[in-house]
Amino acid sequence: MAFVALGGSAPEAVKQAPRKTGRVAMLLLLPGMAYLALFFLTPFVSLILTSLKQPDPSGVIGRYDFGFEIGNYVYAVSQYLPQILRSFSFALIATVIALAVSYPIAYFIAVKARNKPLLKGMLLTLVVAPFFISMLLRTFAWKQIFSNDSWIVNTLKDFGIFGADSYIIGTNFAVIFGLVYNFIPFMTLPIFSSLDRLDLRLVEAGADLYANPATTFRKITFPLSLPGVISGTLLTFIPISGDYVVASRDFLGGPETAMMGNVVEANFLRIQDYPTASALSVMLMAAIVVLVSAYVRKSGTEDLL
Amino acid sequence: MATDFAAQGADLELVGIRKEFPGFVAVENLDLKIPAGEFFALLGPSGCGKTTTLRMIAGLESPTQGQILIGGKDVTDQKPHQRTVNTVFQNYALFPHMSVLENVAFGLRQRKVSDPVAKAQAALDMVELNHLAQRRPQQLSGGQQQRVALARALVNRPALLLLDEPLGALDLKLRRQMQIELKAIQIEVGLTFLHVTHDQEEAMDMADTVAVMNQGRIEQMGAPERLYDRPKTAFVAKFLGQSNIFVGEVAEADDTKVSISFKGHKLTAPAERVEKSKGKVAFGVRPEKTMFHESEPQASSDLNILGPGEITDIRFTGVSNQYQIDIPEIGEVTVFAQNVGKSPVVELGAQVWVSWRVEHGFGLADLPTGEEDID
Repeated sequence: MAFVALGGSAPEAVKQAPRKTGRVAMLLLLPGMAYLALFFLTPFVSLILTSLKQPDPSGVIGRYDFGFEIGNYVYAVSQYLPQILRSFSFALIATVIALAVSYPIAYFIAVKARNKPLLKGMLLTLVVAPFFISMLLRTFAWKQIFSNDSWIVNTLKDFGIFGADSYIIGTNFAVIFGLVYNFIPFMTLPIFSSLDRLDLRLVEAGADLYANPATTFRKITFPLSLPGVISGTLLTFIPISGDYVVASRDFLGGPETAMMGNVVEANFLRIQDYPTASALSVMLMAAIVVLVSAYVRKSGTEDLL
Repeated sequence: MATDFAAQGADLELVGIRKEFPGFVAVENLDLKIPAGEFFALLGPSGCGKTTTLRMIAGLESPTQGQILIGGKDVTDQKPHQRTVNTVFQNYALFPHMSVLENVAFGLRQRKVSDPVAKAQAALDMVELNHLAQRRPQQLSGGQQQRVALARALVNRPALLLLDEPLGALDLKLRRQMQIELKAIQIEVGLTFLHVTHDQEEAMDMADTVAVMNQGRIEQMGAPERLYDRPKTAFVAKFLGQSNIFVGEVAEADDTKVSISFKGHKLTAPAERVEKSKGKVAFGVRPEKTMFHESEPQASSDLNILGPGEITDIRFTGVSNQYQIDIPEIGEVTVFAQNVGKSPVVELGAQVWVSWRVEHGFGLADLPTGEEDID
């Protein structure tokens, strides 16, 4: 694409381009391909092999032999179905909330502040600012804010909204809140970049053609921002499905909020049940691939690009 | 929302419109009345306020002061989607995520008109693009997009159709063709068209009435022939076609004729073609009404003569030749001579006299910029 565009003014350059492109492109791709082969493909194959391993006859904990134990998958599902379902419902809920919060922010920065470079720059900095601090620290800060003797909990108790033994940490609310908080920038930035390119004359044309502001938004602004909404939701949904920090007991979660990531972590690092942990990881990966491709196809992004 | 849509065009009236932007005034005290069914052109250089005026009529900007009336109804406070006005935008502003047909049907669907698809197809038929109805706008050529934009606006049968330099992006040949089509469509549908353009030929070619706008004001308004024949201000004389302009003190003035003394020459124009007959006055004549002679023409009361001067430039433009003649102490005079095979054969450097008939001259109400202080 880029080569064709660059060669547009010189026709002979276009003719030469394909051969040159081939060789140069291969050369440039090589490091990336090698990296992926080494650090993605190898662990991936190893993960699948591990997920099919069977316990060593010696009975030593954490020792497994190569095998073809499909039963690992059946066991993982039967044992951890609630956590699997919770992962995807938390991811779905958090993605929807993050979208509802991020879209107005992105719209304001991209459209309302379009001709105010200073305001726009400041607002974008504010959106990105949380990245300046480690995600672990920020999540830990929320743990402090929501902790049982925090002023928030105490105030809620004072007003009688909370009972004497009510708490926030460890609830679904705390986990979803933390997930939404951590992923808002990932939702806001792609939507912003879509809306930033929105031609406002199209919005004017909508108004000119008798569409009221709500209809103009529904039929013109939103459809044209869909590529950003889709990348934003993917960038939010996928990492949240596998997140194990926010829902862990060390941060905002509790025994009742464990997600797949927490289960995988526990199986790998504590129980040392590597086959089950691997089977869960493979299933998580497969489920995300299936969900995401169905979503992308349904939303018809290729139509917009 | 009860909006009535005129089958016929409605008249448009602007009363004392003023539009201020931070730091400058875009439109100053504009009064304008466009009768129903007319093709009206608002002509002016870029930055003269014509597009701002159009956007105020469409409702995309609100005037700082004044009123906008469409069909006698005050619409100043109406939102754009409430106005029975449609616009053909400069860049067409077609919706990239909809098919051509859906673009055209958009306005009909918003107004819940019955059978929007059939009506949209009929509109596409009118602009001869029905075979491209399922394409996306970006798959069409510039000329085709322009026609889609026109169909999308016209299908709503607006009381008033606004055209914002709709032909600006097309090449010359296509532009001429679209001008003819646009004019034919306007006559066919009988709607009021308000066309904003900086192309004087386009404005004169298409419009029933042309208003020349400059620095937020309308300088002059009238039928194209009249504007061209009798410009009232130096701006109009120079923006609409070309003019030779001579500034001098009025020497004689009576009911029939006004004469100025211009650097030793007496220039005369008919009194009814002169706006101002006192003090310093600018006289003008169109280059195609000006002739040159290889020998000094006989002085006559119905001829203005200047010269002798030297031909400094000859430009061949096909149908005519354009001559620049430099007359000592007077300056440059431009003469257009039609290439009909009998114009005098002259060469660069030849000595010639310039003349024009008294009835072809005109006197302006103001002086050209920069001439105000020169004696």
